[in-house]
Amino acid sequence: MSHHIIEINDLKYAYPDGTRALSGISLRIVHGESVAIIGANGAGKSTLLAHLVGILTPAAGTVRVGDYPLQPGNKKIIAYIRRAVGMVFQNPDDQLFMPTVFDDVAFGPLNLGLPPEEVEQRAMTALATVGAAHLKDRPPYKLSGGQKRAVAIASVLAMAPDILVLDEPSSDLDPRSRRHLITLLKSFTHTKIIATHDLDMVMDLCGRTVVLKEGAIFADKPTMSILTDEKLLAECGLEKPLRLQGPPGPTA
Amino acid sequence: MSKIEARWADLRHLDDLAAGSSPIHRLHPGAKLLATFVFLLVVTSFPKYEVAGLIPLAAYPIILLSLGNLPLRPVAQRLLFAMPFIVLIGIFNPLFDRAPALELGPVIISGGWLSLASIILRSTLAIAAALLLLATTGIDAIGMALGQLKVPRSLIMQLLFLHRYLYVLLDEFTRTVRAYSFRSLKEGEGIRYRVWGSLLGQLLLRTVDRARRIYQAMLCRGFAGEIRLLRRERFRAKDAAYLLVWSAFFLFARLVNIPKLLGTLLLLLGGR
Repeated sequence: MSHHIIEINDLKYAYPDGTRALSGISLRIVHGESVAIIGANGAGKSTLLAHLVGILTPAAGTVRVGDYPLQPGNKKIIAYIRRAVGMVFQNPDDQLFMPTVFDDVAFGPLNLGLPPEEVEQRAMTALATVGAAHLKDRPPYKLSGGQKRAVAIASVLAMAPDILVLDEPSSDLDPRSRRHLITLLKSFTHTKIIATHDLDMVMDLCGRTVVLKEGAIFADKPTMSILTDEKLLAECGLEKPLRLQGPPGPTA
Repeated sequence: MSKIEARWADLRHLDDLAAGSSPIHRLHPGAKLLATFVFLLVVTSFPKYEVAGLIPLAAYPIILLSLGNLPLRPVAQRLLFAMPFIVLIGIFNPLFDRAPALELGPVIISGGWLSLASIILRSTLAIAAALLLLATTGIDAIGMALGQLKVPRSLIMQLLFLHRYLYVLLDEFTRTVRAYSFRSLKEGEGIRYRVWGSLLGQLLLRTVDRARRIYQAMLCRGFAGEIRLLRRERFRAKDAAYLLVWSAFFLFARLVNIPKLLGTLLLLLGGR
């Protein structure tokens, strides 16, 4: 299925203040893959994600989602891409702005112009998927961190995207909520792209890992071969996941 | 907890009350909204020196408070919070308007004092009515009612967004102030005036950043300039009755000076 493919070719981007954020990224992600994007702070993860949903448009190079190249100003294509790629933001408070949880999850489907019954059905299915159906009448600002994250994911699922893009999905979560999240994400068959510092989660969720360093791809290999490569990780300001660090040695 | 944090927790309280299930809570939001609107119109339409004629209107907030099963404290607290602003509006009236307007035995009350009392009474009634609307209805139901009344969408969204992010902003502000007081080592002493500039500047920049992120998140979910809401509630006979009864009472209180009427009646009865 060609429309689940993301193809990035020599993507370059600099912010208006002159900061070079991406310098020539090429990446191809195919249907059903689960890819982690890791790298130190400022390596360009968020900038890369912003290109996948048309928040930013390439200064040079191309981004293709399915058969469509992202072009500045082409609203039709941007609308198509945003329908195909669902983005879960790092801070759920930025994503949840409606008076109730239900309204928030229904926001996307309503924008797609679906009939009310279908909107309702889609919203409720999405909420049930993330185990948040009982929260539907609550105002989002009163939810716990884990609940907010679940609802933010439901609000994206309700749009039935082919590809899920998640920015730091496990940040601010307590251990149990984090575990729930991992189980949930594991159950999805979508193509997943996850930008994160949580390398233990990467081990659980992603078969492939892309390491960014200073706006370029430093490594793009199967997750385990990257996460066990201490030298590579250290060079990029990263550390081995805790689980791979072994038990603490005997103290003298 | 600092004062600001306490106030923040306080502010949320009024919204929690809207989740109640009293007979008042169950009415259609539109009926409550319109009744409040008529009430405000009537209260503001009284002549400048009227005090006694306004008093019967206090029945509205009092009845709402008791039928709505609402605690008096949070509402009264907010009223007190608004009081300085109200008093400021009329504080100079007694100085400028010294013409005698009322004689109570040996005491002569000037027009200025009367109009000050009228301003305080009116504003208290108006704010109480607005607070009770919020506490019995909730902001999202008010938004929906405004939509049914054909108020422009963009205005309603402004209102809802303001309410939604008030909390987030206050939260951010609270954290900033806490960070400040930890490092200034003088908690409870307030913020020095010189710091206010950069503090508010910071807050503004963060607000702009957040607004941009929210807008981006909206775009990602297909936002194209219009926010649609699904929920609608039916306007039933009892909602109409609620609105009609209150409106009739407000108009009656406006057209007939009830305390005066009662006084005359008493005199008539006593004269017999």
